[in-house]
Amino acid sequence: MIDSWLEALCCELDLYREQFPRFETVYLGGGTPSLLSDQQLGSLMEYVRRSVSILDGAECTIEVNPDDVSREKAGLLRDLGFNRLSIGVQSFNDRLLSLLQRRHTALQACEAVAHAATAGFDSISLDLMFGLPGQDWEAELAQAVAFQPGHLSCYQLTIKPGTPFHALQQSGELEIASEETLVQLFMLTDSILDDAGYAHYEVSNFTRGIEYEACHNSRYWQHLPYLGLGPSAHSFDGHTRWWNTASLPEYCQSLAKGSPVVGRETLTAEQLRLERLMLGMRTQRGIAREDVSADAAVLERLESAGLVVVHDARVVPTARGMLFADRLPLVLE
Amino acid sequence: MHHIRNFSIIAHIDHGKSTLADRLIQSSGLVSDRDFHNQLLDSMDLEQERGITIKSQTIALPYTGSDGQEYVLNLIDTPGHVDFSYEVSRALASCEGVLLLVDAAQGVEAQTLANLYAAMEHDLTIIPVINKIDLPAADIERVKEEIDAELGLDSDEALLCSAKDGIGIEEVFEAVIERLPPPIGDVAAPLQALIFDANYDQFRGTVVSCRVFNGSLRAGDTIRFMSNQATYRVEEVGVFQPKLEKRQVLSAGEVGYIIAGIKTVSDTRVGDTITLDDNPAAKVVGDFKEPKSMVFSSVYPIAADDYPGLVDALEKYKLNDAALNYQKDSSAALGQGFRCGFLGLLHLEIVQERMEREHNQAIIMTAPSVQYKFILKDGSELTIENPQYYPDPMAIETAFEPYVRINIIIPERYMGAVMKLCTDRRGSNSRFNYPSPKRIEINFDMPLAEIIYDFYDRLKSITQGYGSFDYEYMDHRPGDLVKIEIMVNHEKVDALSFISHRENARPRALQYCERLKEEIPRQMFKIIIQGSIGGSVIARSTINPFRKDVTAKCYGGDISRKRKLLEKQKKGKDRMKMVGNVQIPQKAFVAILKSEKD
Repeated sequence: MIDSWLEALCCELDLYREQFPRFETVYLGGGTPSLLSDQQLGSLMEYVRRSVSILDGAECTIEVNPDDVSREKAGLLRDLGFNRLSIGVQSFNDRLLSLLQRRHTALQACEAVAHAATAGFDSISLDLMFGLPGQDWEAELAQAVAFQPGHLSCYQLTIKPGTPFHALQQSGELEIASEETLVQLFMLTDSILDDAGYAHYEVSNFTRGIEYEACHNSRYWQHLPYLGLGPSAHSFDGHTRWWNTASLPEYCQSLAKGSPVVGRETLTAEQLRLERLMLGMRTQRGIAREDVSADAAVLERLESAGLVVVHDARVVPTARGMLFADRLPLVLE
Repeated sequence: MHHIRNFSIIAHIDHGKSTLADRLIQSSGLVSDRDFHNQLLDSMDLEQERGITIKSQTIALPYTGSDGQEYVLNLIDTPGHVDFSYEVSRALASCEGVLLLVDAAQGVEAQTLANLYAAMEHDLTIIPVINKIDLPAADIERVKEEIDAELGLDSDEALLCSAKDGIGIEEVFEAVIERLPPPIGDVAAPLQALIFDANYDQFRGTVVSCRVFNGSLRAGDTIRFMSNQATYRVEEVGVFQPKLEKRQVLSAGEVGYIIAGIKTVSDTRVGDTITLDDNPAAKVVGDFKEPKSMVFSSVYPIAADDYPGLVDALEKYKLNDAALNYQKDSSAALGQGFRCGFLGLLHLEIVQERMEREHNQAIIMTAPSVQYKFILKDGSELTIENPQYYPDPMAIETAFEPYVRINIIIPERYMGAVMKLCTDRRGSNSRFNYPSPKRIEINFDMPLAEIIYDFYDRLKSITQGYGSFDYEYMDHRPGDLVKIEIMVNHEKVDALSFISHRENARPRALQYCERLKEEIPRQMFKIIIQGSIGGSVIARSTINPFRKDVTAKCYGGDISRKRKLLEKQKKGKDRMKMVGNVQIPQKAFVAILKSEKD
């Protein structure tokens, strides 16, 4: 299955050679690409480099699970040209890891970070989760900071309806933090990481300096074009967005005869504005004042409530404002 | 005249009235099967959805009897709700008989009985019909016993049919011919025609439905409405089949329509008698009552710049609804609008829904009120229908509120619960009747204001749908009234204020504050809702702000979905009214209707 997926992936890339000839970032993720064998990874990356041009100094990220990162694997990834590693640590607590049904242990997470550093990755990002039952978040965050990673993603535990966690939560077996506690944890994260020198540049993302910012993800937030390959992948050329079938078998079959694209939308100017607004309220870049139709009184009210700051003709959310990233667009719109 | 029969079908809700009507129309061959739209009589969408008849329609069915004679059977449809009881009575007055429909599985129910009484009041011949005999749960013997015991009719005369499957339809036709008396009247006498309905047709103007009792009428005649002496020249007469079918003449005994250059439905009055201008009748048919607005509410456009659209929509709507009254009104919170008078709450809801659906108007209706009267200390009198205009309490000598006599028929077992509901709602002067062994008829004098607060819903709920309910205006009586102001974040919202009896003021204000708390979505700041009398707060609720509203992850595949959600929320926002800095959804304004919860 993996081989036919890889084959399909290469076919799909071929479809876009002319439309997307050059790339400033490459991101291998969404799932567990570290599951690929060394050989599979190698031939995939070789195909990518042969087919399209990747700019010098481009950010090349791969997502990995801690238990897949051995010293050798880390070295191989370096050799394949990856220069940024995003490690799915989630937690430094074994009880919580098993609750989250992760295969790795806290020790493996620490080892993975060490291996990555030894292999020469100077751009490392750790994924962490807060709001877990009985979690000592402050301690976990301190442990993460101690590794001095360039980048941290701190996600609030989100339980989606239909998942096993949701069932556990409904039956009362899983007690997740209250809204109030989550707010406190969010603000605590902001202040601890600020003290440690990390900028809170997106709702869930922190960077120790501009050079460590996730260039790839920032393209999404800045509304720049991106090409997504694989099942469920979305792509955007600045005006039109399209997406692939979510089914892996369908994806593979469709590429044998044509295109896996199952949906497409060309955005109106107003839709583009709404997206800029929605994305802008999630990041430190904020949004251009001209994209906001709310009047000065509304802005003043939000400013005095400490939710946004207005400067240089931009409206920028504060950390507290980011807590309302889904709501502010409605108010500003 | 001997070959005419005029009749209605009456039934408890869902006992198959519309289905039987459809089947009769279909069997008469008037409408081709291809054109046949199920339940033709209930033609408005809203009626089909609610399964009730709002605007009645009438149809003249041609039928050849087993005696070989040609008959015209006029089926007169009746609206089925308490708000329209006068319209029902005028339709029944136009008949000689009724088919009383009873569900073969459900048996006799509250409304069967109430309908029977209505038919008896008009001295109509009653044919019991047991419908739905095809149902597995049908129990014809039991239903027959109920017809004997509870209705006091002869169950041997009951017809058996299944309107759905077309069983027993011929027998229904034959019984109508044989058992119902033909109309009697004098063609040579001065014209007397009773108006029992009127509809607006955009091409033909007002189409008046009437039953001719005496005399005759043809195009070219000048008619006179006996209630207001207005005269019109008749352009056309005819019958409903169901389309308008032109005729030379409408004579005594017949049912049909008149088109006479009448501009709006409001120029006609259901219950009025039409006569000829040059040879007027001495007497009217039956008793004529002006439609009386019982419930009042203000209507505002959600977006202030939609006001011209609202004016236009109301004018168009009014063409076809004589019972709706309106005049200009304004509110500090909601801007320019109209104060409307309705026959009752159902009427109000129908107007609201039809304004939205048929006239595409997004509107806000304020909490319904009744008409209050005051004698002020300076001796002057004041009548208000809008709590906004409540006089200075210091200036009031006596306040009066409208009272109605309510009539409830229920199975005995619900008596305790219904008595409690009625006394809780300030009912007094109770009287009881036992119309049949297991039924009880209860009368109370009750303030109308108590009825508009979800009384009927409560009654239905505690009697599991077995309660029939009717009311009639009596008079205005002194009452200890207060006006309750509602404040949202300390800002008075005039459109939410209401008048209550002092005794109930606090619980009702509390309920209202709680209901508003449920209806107004959480916002980014705290919202305080207060109810006050003359500046002193008597009830309060708080809507806590949400502390956060953010999704943890937003990457390439999430953007479209999130934007679509935003677009949807934006639409929802358009249906809210900003009051100060609080967004209040449309439905919050009538939240007071649903003041009590089970």
